[in-house]
Amino acid sequence: MSEIKYIERDPLYVVAPSTVSHTTKRAGKIIVWSSFLLMVVIAIIQTLHSNERISFGFSNWRPVLYAYILWAVAIGYSRVLIYGERGKRNLFVFPAVMFIISIVIFPLLFGLYISFTDWNLSSIDGRKFNGLDNFYQMISDPYYWNALKNMIYYVLAVLVEFTIAFLLAILLNSQIRGRKFFRIAFLIPLMLSPVAVSWMVGKSMLEQRFGPVASFARWLGWDTPTFFSNPVIAKLTMMCMDAWTFIPLMIIMLLAGLQALPKEVLEAAKVDGANKWTLFKNIIFPIMLPVSLTTLVIRIIFKLKLADIIIIVTAGGPGGATDSVTSFIVREYRDRSNVGYGTLLSFVYLIFIVILMTILIRFVNRWLQRAS
Amino acid sequence: MKNNLSEKIIIYGILLLWTFICLFPIYWTATTSFKTAASVTQGLLIPWIDFEPSWKGWRNLGFSPDTLFVESNPREEFLARFFNTAFISASASALAVILGSFAAYGLSRFNYKFGFMRNPDISFFFLSQLILPPVVLALPVLVLYRELDLLDTHIGMILIYTLTVLPIVIWIMRDQFNAVPIELEEAALVDGASVWMSFFKIVLPIVLPGIASAFILCLILCWNEYFLAALITSTDAKTMPVMVASQISSQSIKWWNMAAISAALCLPLIIVAIFLERYIVKGMAAGAIKG
Repeated sequence: MSEIKYIERDPLYVVAPSTVSHTTKRAGKIIVWSSFLLMVVIAIIQTLHSNERISFGFSNWRPVLYAYILWAVAIGYSRVLIYGERGKRNLFVFPAVMFIISIVIFPLLFGLYISFTDWNLSSIDGRKFNGLDNFYQMISDPYYWNALKNMIYYVLAVLVEFTIAFLLAILLNSQIRGRKFFRIAFLIPLMLSPVAVSWMVGKSMLEQRFGPVASFARWLGWDTPTFFSNPVIAKLTMMCMDAWTFIPLMIIMLLAGLQALPKEVLEAAKVDGANKWTLFKNIIFPIMLPVSLTTLVIRIIFKLKLADIIIIVTAGGPGGATDSVTSFIVREYRDRSNVGYGTLLSFVYLIFIVILMTILIRFVNRWLQRAS
Repeated sequence: MKNNLSEKIIIYGILLLWTFICLFPIYWTATTSFKTAASVTQGLLIPWIDFEPSWKGWRNLGFSPDTLFVESNPREEFLARFFNTAFISASASALAVILGSFAAYGLSRFNYKFGFMRNPDISFFFLSQLILPPVVLALPVLVLYRELDLLDTHIGMILIYTLTVLPIVIWIMRDQFNAVPIELEEAALVDGASVWMSFFKIVLPIVLPGIASAFILCLILCWNEYFLAALITSTDAKTMPVMVASQISSQSIKWWNMAAISAALCLPLIIVAIFLERYIVKGMAAGAIKG
């Protein structure tokens, strides 16, 4: 061993002939650059055309998209030409990365630009840069902060959902008959479209004159069962509807964890005479901790996207009591056509989410390490 | 023994109560679609006893026995939306499964270095797309699509849906590939197969059930998606959730209509749930245990 070099070995190690001829390498580079050049030329023509500097051009930007796709394919192909066998391995990950960059990163950069502009779709002026004005407007916008505060309540409701889901998962995992039937029945709310749920549950079943839930509430002694006029009750109702849809997801994830519990440990504890509660507290819950935390994180991710049912059932009312950030921004777009401001709000929300998730995941990891 | 019996009663009681909570809205939707205006406003519950079922809701959709074989515009409209939804969600799921499986396989078998990013970073890059709320992308994508003439097209919808489900596929498939022993492929490579050939011939058949799970989960999410569809589609590529959401007439809501169309929207996935429950559960469980 004359030279000591750290060679990172792939899990799947391939002895690959690494001789790629010089001309093939050059061909690879030529393909990439020529297709890139083609894209740039088409883009320039189209820019000039849309600014009405030149008369010929295309009716829309589609050709630029095609040139972009061609360029992306050329990059992929050139990997194989330039790097040989290593390049072929790159092709596994390359399409997905390219896809996400194209559909997420470009729009995000563009959105970042929009969020610093004053752009009202209903005015004729088009967009113009207005610096931090949107940001100052946001700071003094009580409805946005109200929506963010609602999101905190909505996220906290996840803990209640988790408790219910855990209980049901334990029951499903016990010695019962007809487990398959119960599993399918419990799964079904997750299958239903939020739009259909909004209409048939939110607007029909909770209807205060004929809705069966309202009739039931009246039978229980609540004289005027209105679910969407009192802010607190409205918020709780939305939480229940969202919980109804997503508890199945948590049940299934937790049930998978329960079924993977080591049987010997449970048997041993039973032989030692542990009762059900100590069994749960000292054995099941600690072993289930990683699964539980994963379930909670996934559920919170879905909760932060909460929008459909609110947009359709309450449209944020009464007085913004049920607003989620998304439904608030949607109204900003739709009712006020305030595009620049709405986009800034969504970016600020994204920043909040990224911070929250980073803290949450770090916290979860630390907790898991301490537990093990 | 007595203690055991009361425990059983409590367990089954809770399970049946929750089953009732899960299934009652479906029962309500199904029965409402056979009600007339009078039986809706009285909140009647049981067909044939409380109220006489009528085909009114389904007739307006063109699906009642007397309208089934005659020309019907609402049915044409409904079927067009139905096939839009099916086509878009199936294509998006298929594309996501293809892209995601390749990426997940690559990440589980090879060490990559793209700039400063190594495997864990690339994985995180993929999975982090999951926390991106659709509202952040909504407007930029809308403007971009308008420039590219992709608004209200199937391909535009497929691309954006693929994006929303891609992280889920990668998450599920990464565990699936990690569970396949590498020795199998090494043997094939020693025999002279290329990396791609061993992927298609050896690994793919083993993980096929996992791929099915990922595909079905994607299908469910795409089928029910409303927010982006409401934004991007208007006529040609309009999907069923958008159609259902825009059913309100100015005066009053025709509940029997609404119920019929909601039932039609939910029915395919209920059937999927009943027959493919195993795969759905497997997909979700894969995320829970190793995640």
